[in-house]
Amino acid sequence: MSQPTQEDEVLAQQAAHGGTFPASAPEAKGMSQGQIVRKRFFGHTGALVGLAVFIIIFLLAFTSVGWAFIPGWWKYSHLDVSPLVNDGAPTSSLWPLAWGEHPFGQDRIGRDLFAMTMRGAQQSVIIMLIIGAIAGMIGAVVGGLAGYFRGWVEAILMRLTDIIIIIPVLLLAAVVAQMASRRDEGSWFSGFAASNGVLVLGIFLGLVSWVGLARLVRGEFLTLREREFVDAARISGASNARIIFKHILPNAVGVLIVNVTLTMSAAILLETALSYLGVGVKSPDTSLGLLISQNQEAFATRPWLFWFPGLFIVLICLSINFIGDGLRDAFDPRQKKFKARTAVETARHSSTTTALAAEAPKGS
Amino acid sequence: MVTYIVRRLVTAAIILLGASFLVYLLTASSGDPLADLRASSAPNKQALMDARSELLDLDTPAPLRYFKWLGGAAQCLVPFANSCDLGKNITGQPITEALGFALVQTLTLVTGATVLAILIGITLGIITALRQYSALDYGVTFMAFLFFSLPIFWVAVLLKEFGAIGFNDFLRNPEIPLPVSLAVGAIAGLLVAVAAGGDLKRRAITGGSVFAAVTLVLVYFSATLWFRNPGLGPVVIAVAGVGIAFAVTLLAAGLKNRKALQSSLIVVGIGVVAYFAVQPLLAEATALMIVLLAIGTVLIGVGVGYLMGGYDRGQSMRSAGITAFLVGGLVILDRFMQAWPTYFNNSRVRGRPIATIGAGTPNIQGDFWVLSLDTFTHLLLPTVALILVSLASYTRFTRSSMLEIMNMDYIRTARAKGLSERSVVMGHAFRNALIPIATIVAFDIGALIGGAVITETVFSVRGMGFLFLDGIMHIDPNPVMGVFLCVAMTAMVFNLIADLAYSALDPRVRIKA
Repeated sequence: MSQPTQEDEVLAQQAAHGGTFPASAPEAKGMSQGQIVRKRFFGHTGALVGLAVFIIIFLLAFTSVGWAFIPGWWKYSHLDVSPLVNDGAPTSSLWPLAWGEHPFGQDRIGRDLFAMTMRGAQQSVIIMLIIGAIAGMIGAVVGGLAGYFRGWVEAILMRLTDIIIIIPVLLLAAVVAQMASRRDEGSWFSGFAASNGVLVLGIFLGLVSWVGLARLVRGEFLTLREREFVDAARISGASNARIIFKHILPNAVGVLIVNVTLTMSAAILLETALSYLGVGVKSPDTSLGLLISQNQEAFATRPWLFWFPGLFIVLICLSINFIGDGLRDAFDPRQKKFKARTAVETARHSSTTTALAAEAPKGS
Repeated sequence: MVTYIVRRLVTAAIILLGASFLVYLLTASSGDPLADLRASSAPNKQALMDARSELLDLDTPAPLRYFKWLGGAAQCLVPFANSCDLGKNITGQPITEALGFALVQTLTLVTGATVLAILIGITLGIITALRQYSALDYGVTFMAFLFFSLPIFWVAVLLKEFGAIGFNDFLRNPEIPLPVSLAVGAIAGLLVAVAAGGDLKRRAITGGSVFAAVTLVLVYFSATLWFRNPGLGPVVIAVAGVGIAFAVTLLAAGLKNRKALQSSLIVVGIGVVAYFAVQPLLAEATALMIVLLAIGTVLIGVGVGYLMGGYDRGQSMRSAGITAFLVGGLVILDRFMQAWPTYFNNSRVRGRPIATIGAGTPNIQGDFWVLSLDTFTHLLLPTVALILVSLASYTRFTRSSMLEIMNMDYIRTARAKGLSERSVVMGHAFRNALIPIATIVAFDIGALIGGAVITETVFSVRGMGFLFLDGIMHIDPNPVMGVFLCVAMTAMVFNLIADLAYSALDPRVRIKA
């Protein structure tokens, strides 16, 4: 069907494997692992675009409506009710490029959707970061201890992981939501949860999201602890802590970072889904999932209420996924940075030179 | 081996005990089950509260209640005793009964979606791996990331709006304006031209012919109001059957194997004749009959392949069998299309066939075909939503697995000894790439039952997810525990199966007993 292209590709792959001089030459100069990773990451177009989009969304969400006690530059907050302009339809337009009074429109009672969406994006990003931090930390500690010490430590920790991995996240989220909504009881926790619902939700979801990470880190530690450099360190008298932190962890950090990123992208969807089901972020506070669930009935009359929050969920999640993909490529030592175009050109070049070389004896 | 399995099962039982205890306590402590009654203004409030306390046994502390529940649940382990007691839910319905109903609903919802997602995902993964760094590869990769990032409830609302309401409006007057036909044809042609391999001329020819074909078909559909009275007819079945025969033979045996091609084509001929023969039989179809017919069809196909023989009898049998199955599918599809007008004009459906919620039209009357169509139209949207969301992981996983295999030495050896590209890809690479895929498929099937909570909520299917969520909302531990037991047990069993399958498929991996 397509023999020529496949042959081309095989040639290209062989060329990439055989001709790794351009890629490996700078590595041979003695770059640190961090430098190599950085170089590879910044050579990954998808990851760079993802990073740029994420930074833009981050800045937009946190500066526009302000965060904590810092006021933002946007005139409305997600709670302000203002009179309906243009029956609530979005006032922004691409041509002529204008921002307008309510760029994303207003909901039925006149709240500004731009402010609400920005607030929701903030919440999603905060939850995502908390989940990433907590899950990464617990996952690294549990997985590292289990993988390094083996024996009964491993048995206990891994059985604990097994137990937590089969408890449905939805249930835990519901429990947190119920605790947070019991405001009348006046215990310190419900008081804290009532005012910082997002923080509590993020912390609890982080407390259950580490299990997958722990398994991966344990697997990484299991292979690394058998390596020669660990033996060498142990023979020269290094303590367990030193071996773990100086010798094994830097080698396992790639797996950790990549999977924390992927956990974070899953966390965004988790948070929005929980809010959609009514057990995540609750009104009067707002989140992207909650906005969609509140406005899906109005799709026929006010579709913008549905489009913009969804668009932001997809954008955030997509950018994180691309960053994760770039990090995976950057950290994976087996993968040489592979540029299809240059490889094909090298292949063509080498085939023409061999063709010339084959013809040369004939001519002479 | 046996020691290994026993040890795994014992560990699983201990984990299940621990986790179920935690789940029970969490559910019970997540709120006040009497909250709605406390706030009510009914005159017999106290009596209602007493009744519910009695029903849920609220006077016993939660940890003790767990052991009571455990005692009832342990009776499920006694074989044939039929004394399974998982408690009752807040309305007094036994959980075992509710679970049985919910399980059927969930399985009808997710089975089709999972099978289709796996098939499409693996196919796309292989194609993108073979065309690495082509426009197709980049396109599919981007789409995979996009679908992976879509919240399913958002997709579901969009599908309801455009797939159901929009399509139903379209069916009221199924005429496609010429510009729309041209545009759809142009888009299809462009996509095919980008996806097809080869040089510019080849791409242009493929894209152009697809454009012409799609536009013509759409114009024909519009002129004959096809969407109102769909049907394939023997001619289309014959033409499509020949196409299927060539495609299946190409993949399963290679076109050079003339005997295989001939047996597939003979099967198509038999299929067209059978199309007329089975029509009266199909008028009184039941589900069992369809299954028996399908088995019979495959057997006839395999038989034809056996009789045709050739130098490689297995290949002939395989391609003829697959062709027979697919042609049989076309005949069934045609029969469904014949039933479409009846369904469309049914008094319960009233010309709006694609449903947005529920698992079936209430109180619908009709024969097997109408009832099945009713199920299909209800399953369509959730299935599409589930496929879109789960497609990405299969595509990406197959692609990377296939790429890794294609760089192996034995693939180079296979090429070097002069095997055709087909047998390198299908025989050597694909089979080995399937090993890791088989394990994630097993994992996913294990997670299947509990995995569709949000989809079920959006489409109002009263399945396991609904039961679970409802239990959480009402602080009712019994349904939650029932769902949890089912989900956790299937997940653990399938994890074990995944591990065993891996060592069975890949002899290099040995299970240590």
